[in-house]
Amino acid sequence: MLHIKCPHCGLRSQNEFAYGGDASVKRPELNKEVSDKEWNHFVYLRKSLRGKHLELWHHISGCRQWIKVQRDTATHEIFKTFKASEEI
Amino acid sequence: MSQNFRLNNIGLINRNKKISFKFNGKKYFGYEGDTLASALIANGVHLIGRSFKYHRPRGFFGAGVDEPYAAVQLNRNNETEPNVKATEQELFEGLEANSVNCWPSVNFDIGAINNLLKMFFPAGFYYKTFMWPKSFWYKIYEPFIRKAAGLGVASTKHDKERYEHKYEYCDLLIAGSGPSGLASAYSAAKNGAKIILAEDKARFGGTLLTDDVNIGNQNGKEWADNIISELKKMPNVIVKNRSQVFGYYDHNMLVMSERISDHLPITQKYIPKQRLWYIRAKEVIISSGSIERPLVFGNNDTPGVMLSSAAKEYLKIYGVLVGKKPLIFTNNDSGYETAIEFKKNGIEPIILDTRKNPNSEIINEAKNLNIKIKFSYVVVVAKGYKKVKSAEIAKISDDKKILSNIENIDCDCICVSGFWTPTIHLASQSGAKTKFNKDIDAFVPDKSKQKETTVGAANGVYTLEETLKTSFDIGYQLSKKITLKDNRVSVPSVVEKKSEVHDKFWCVPLPEGKNYKRFLDFQNDVSVADIELALREGYRSIEHVKRYTTLGMATDQGKTSNLNGLQLVSEVENKIVPEVGHTTFRPPYTPVTIGAIVGREVGKHSKPTRKSPMHQWHEKNNAIFVDAGVWLRPRYYKRGDETLFEASKREAKNVRKNVGVCDVTTLGKIDIKGPDSAEFLNRVYTNAWLKLPVGKARYGVMLREDGIVMDDGTTTRISENHYHMTTTTAQAANVLSHLEYYLQIVWPELDVNVVSTTEQWAGAAIAGPKSRQVLQKLFPKINLSNEGLPFMGYLESDLFGISARIFRISFSGELAYEVNVQSDNGNFMWEKIMEVGKEFNIEAYGTEALSTLRIEMGHVAGSELDGRTIPYDNSLEGMVSKKKDFIGKRSLNREAFVADDRQKVVGVVPLDKKTSIPEGSYLVKDANAKLPNPKLGHVSASCWSVEYDNPFSLAIVKDGKNMIGQKLFALSPLKNKSIPVEIVSSHYVDPKGERVRS
Ligand SMILES: [Zn+2]
Repeated sequence: MLHIKCPHCGLRSQNEFAYGGDASVKRPELNKEVSDKEWNHFVYLRKSLRGKHLELWHHISGCRQWIKVQRDTATHEIFKTFKASEEI
Repeated sequence: MSQNFRLNNIGLINRNKKISFKFNGKKYFGYEGDTLASALIANGVHLIGRSFKYHRPRGFFGAGVDEPYAAVQLNRNNETEPNVKATEQELFEGLEANSVNCWPSVNFDIGAINNLLKMFFPAGFYYKTFMWPKSFWYKIYEPFIRKAAGLGVASTKHDKERYEHKYEYCDLLIAGSGPSGLASAYSAAKNGAKIILAEDKARFGGTLLTDDVNIGNQNGKEWADNIISELKKMPNVIVKNRSQVFGYYDHNMLVMSERISDHLPITQKYIPKQRLWYIRAKEVIISSGSIERPLVFGNNDTPGVMLSSAAKEYLKIYGVLVGKKPLIFTNNDSGYETAIEFKKNGIEPIILDTRKNPNSEIINEAKNLNIKIKFSYVVVVAKGYKKVKSAEIAKISDDKKILSNIENIDCDCICVSGFWTPTIHLASQSGAKTKFNKDIDAFVPDKSKQKETTVGAANGVYTLEETLKTSFDIGYQLSKKITLKDNRVSVPSVVEKKSEVHDKFWCVPLPEGKNYKRFLDFQNDVSVADIELALREGYRSIEHVKRYTTLGMATDQGKTSNLNGLQLVSEVENKIVPEVGHTTFRPPYTPVTIGAIVGREVGKHSKPTRKSPMHQWHEKNNAIFVDAGVWLRPRYYKRGDETLFEASKREAKNVRKNVGVCDVTTLGKIDIKGPDSAEFLNRVYTNAWLKLPVGKARYGVMLREDGIVMDDGTTTRISENHYHMTTTTAQAANVLSHLEYYLQIVWPELDVNVVSTTEQWAGAAIAGPKSRQVLQKLFPKINLSNEGLPFMGYLESDLFGISARIFRISFSGELAYEVNVQSDNGNFMWEKIMEVGKEFNIEAYGTEALSTLRIEMGHVAGSELDGRTIPYDNSLEGMVSKKKDFIGKRSLNREAFVADDRQKVVGVVPLDKKTSIPEGSYLVKDANAKLPNPKLGHVSASCWSVEYDNPFSLAIVKDGKNMIGQKLFALSPLKNKSIPVEIVSSHYVDPKGERVRS
């Protein structure tokens, strides 16, 4: 079980969090022409990479904040965690 | 029966306390401090069960967790438990155990015929034999295997024992209390570290209890006892026996199973039977020791063949002789230690040493004691069926290939020692790589991956002096890193005997013309021939060989078999063992009970139960409840001997005719505040929200980005920048997360806050033609006409002195209102509604009537918004704005979503107007078409229409818009029904929606 440092609450057990997927995905802007391909990429396609991965977690049983976590998908090592507002 | 194999003057058992127990119905006696295994052996019982595949007789092979055979069915305090290891189960008064894997009895076993039919059970027998003919599987093979195999029977009763979970944090967790564990624990504790020392056995000390060593002028056991008693007094130390650290998970989380009451006849009040510890440790020291390896020879599974270390343990800890004519078969000095213990207790052992001319302190001691030793000798085959009676032994050539001088000698047990395998399971589970140590022919942990360090025999260090020196040091170093203290304790002096190097020989060749079974995996009956066959059939990867032959896949996880299996593969393949590699070690190291894993989360504690503030009223009024997520909701209110069908029909009819009230507290409620709230709702919902006036509610549909409907509900504008959103009961939590995601991640520039208020408000839906009259009685001062409070209007008012919110919204399709008050006032509100509604014949209605009302009105709900439908499918396309953008809009023009024959919700009526259509039925054109019958759609919800007094269902059907008027069949293979039906509009009642506006 992972130990995740919520930037708002501190070190907490994984079972307080929900996984939220790849944090690098950017939603296309509203009211903008989006090609089928681009939209398909945004909705469905995710890299399944091995190694350093920036991902979202939701501190669902804590402060209810979405946070960014830099984690190694192979070793589960967590390098750093960020507030949603922090640019990496 | 007397304990014929018990000695009088040796062991750690309490001879003053005699304990009676039963095995296979027969009564025996043992002593306090015995295990079931030691007590049985004391009574001369060696036949304990039957093997898994061939049903060969099984005895004891080890004395602890490594035991591959002696799993029994344990009966304790009217409970029965399978797969209990007799070598671990401590004896208690009245214990009852039975053999498993045998039928009808351990002495006469029908399954043993498998032993004669062994051509049916080669490697991969699961994949080969039972595949043909196919029809035999269910009728013959499977029931037979079920009866004949398995490791006991699970109880079908509710387990009334209590199991607990505990979370603990520490600086240092030390797994194993042998010399390395004690040394590192003591050294770390003295340096101020907060430590947990775990020992899986009842007694601390590990090999110090049986080895003839001296530490700081005390014998091993005295030293261990002193260290433990000192540790127990320290406030920074938790010492736990009967506790197995069985799993090493990510981020230094380890799980330990503590058997608190298993050694007692009954569990004491307020004390759990077992406790599962989740331990987050800053550092872990793995001091799990090593397990002796078997030597492989013919019929080496015969009861009486056992590990030499186990024989020594039975002798020194329990004062029990595993035999009176022991044959010791060894490739190293450990066998001599066992022989010496036998000799000291008046027994004459014979040692067969595979080595040609070894020389060491221990060997000299054995010689001086006049123990008979034969060098370059091996056991060829054990003789005897249910117990070893003799052995054929032979001289072996220097190249270990040729046997000569084969002779038969009498013996009643064969104690084998094939050197030692470090227990690296925990280290491997942590993710650490392993490396092959040629000096000991075994794998040891390589570089640590998590914060773990392996010490002592688990790390391949087999001398006590070296073990203590390194363990004291590692305990000190690790604790210093954490506590920043510098108190170093000195390492005591050690006296131990030096030993000679072992012989790499491990598998005795077959004599000419003989085909003895030589077992590698004793629990799964995997023999040398099986592995050879798998290799001949082309299996190469050790992981494949393992799965094909089931080597190491039994509940003992190959503790005694893995390494010999690897050696064999490497020999046949002409590779060295490290190239073959070992299979992955996975938790749990030892079997863990389901009870311990589940802990207290059983029965009503398996999930939280949410109740509305009106729950007691419902109970008092004979509500029959239904689970709605974690909520309990009244399904119907039973009157007399009404059935569900009758009661829900009565309740629904009364809503259509008079007025009903339904508890809608469970609906999700989200408070939305901030200047950008309208803009946010406009992006979240498919319809327009920018112009909703204050004091008005609006129905909204929200999508996921893939265009699928996520949820629906009404949202009301309470004031300029304040909205009250409702969600379905089931989706409440998901919707809140969804909103938070968009506000925090996607559009952080929007100034909006959301918070769940589901539990702040109690809600009552008052529905029916007379609902306005009831409401007027509740709120006499306000104007409730269509002008005062129009459809989708909102008001705040005073309900007999408490503040209330009134929404004119309807789920039932009738004129209806929803009243919300603060939760604490919920019951008060409810009782007032019932009181003033009495003259209008008000009745409470449950979810069943609620469903009936919404289904016949064609209102979609969870069964249609099932995560697979878009707005069009639910006839909600009118809710989708063409002008503005919103979440999921871009997906709606996907090819499949705009297809001409896209599925759509329709109504379904049986032609006979009598037969109810089971939910989940599928719709087809021709009931008798060849399978697979093309499916046109499925029935999502069914009810008995109270308006028309006949069954009515909703269905989602391909090309639904053109299906109205078609005659189809509803098939329910599950209920064996085929019902002729007609497709009608989903709006079965009041299609124009006039009632809600009346
Ligand atoms: Zn937090």
